[in-house]
Amino acid sequence: MKARNISAVCTVPDGGLSLLLELVAADAAMRLVTLTTEAEGIGIATGCWLGGARAMTAMQSSGVGNSLNALSLPAAFRAPCLLLVTMRGQWGEFNSWQVPMGQAVRPALEAMDVKCFPVERAAEVGETFAAAADLAFMSRVSAAVLVSQRVIGAKGFGRQ
Amino acid sequence: MSAIANRLRRRPLIAELLAQRGTALIVPGLGSPNWDVFAAGDSPDYLYAWGGMGLAVPTALGLALARPERRVLAITGDGEMLMGIGALAVVADQAPANLAILVLDNESFAETGGQRGLTANLADIALAARGFGFTRTMTVSEHGAMPELVRLLFEIPGPALAVAKVAVTKDPWALPEKDGAAIAYRFRRALGLGEG
Repeated sequence: MKARNISAVCTVPDGGLSLLLELVAADAAMRLVTLTTEAEGIGIATGCWLGGARAMTAMQSSGVGNSLNALSLPAAFRAPCLLLVTMRGQWGEFNSWQVPMGQAVRPALEAMDVKCFPVERAAEVGETFAAAADLAFMSRVSAAVLVSQRVIGAKGFGRQ
Repeated sequence: MSAIANRLRRRPLIAELLAQRGTALIVPGLGSPNWDVFAAGDSPDYLYAWGGMGLAVPTALGLALARPERRVLAITGDGEMLMGIGALAVVADQAPANLAILVLDNESFAETGGQRGLTANLADIALAARGFGFTRTMTVSEHGAMPELVRLLFEIPGPALAVAKVAVTKDPWALPEKDGAAIAYRFRRALGLGEG
């Protein structure tokens, strides 16, 4: 994020993001913006870009469903939009309530013309994030990095 | 429902406020606020929106965080504000001193046929803002409060929120530029920003 000059991270937190969000909160040069719903983050990041700063939104996959109409905003302005999504409802999911939205994330994002960058291996997270950030900010399109539960570990609810 | 015959008229209200905005950046929400702002005159400092209901305040917040040296005013309606009401908690938490919000509250969905809105009954957006942590709010229903409203929206440290109780009026169409890329390009150019 810092290498790409991202100065604000908007989020409804997810377990898979917790360490990253702690790092952002601890960094005096970055701003953590806690949201009530993920759609706000897309508006805030668009406003930041219109003012000359770079921001992004980090969310759990269920938040993608909350964000869909908001994705009209960066598309209409031809503004960059960068999403970091930690996935639920796929690899080893315990909670069936996460499955419908989790499975719909990619088709839903692609229906809104968001370029998707799935990540299945931890070693690929950094370079994939950098590539998605460059595509978003330099080509001014919407891009999402989808981090699999295979990378972050399926939530165990005390079973593991 | 309160009697609306003596309510503020939105078009003259917005024209009078914009005449006193100084260098403030204006973020009108989709629908009537967009038409009201353009009807009062055009400026590259106006970030017109034709969609994304609920996002006027988040967009203005992002802008305010990116440009702390500029006053930013979001102008929205009661319907859009209620759709994105949680954004007031985010604004209060971030506490940008340069951000103000004006809610044009006509207690109805005037853009879609005048269906009754939720502020016609019990919902009070200024009270909700205080509950989310705003300390500077006001509700305006008569023209005499104009100097105080101007101070709240453009002068005192924010975040600040005003609800203006306005009449349902049939105003002539005033449609600004619709191409979002053109709006964004012009807006950013006026801020001295380039392509990236």
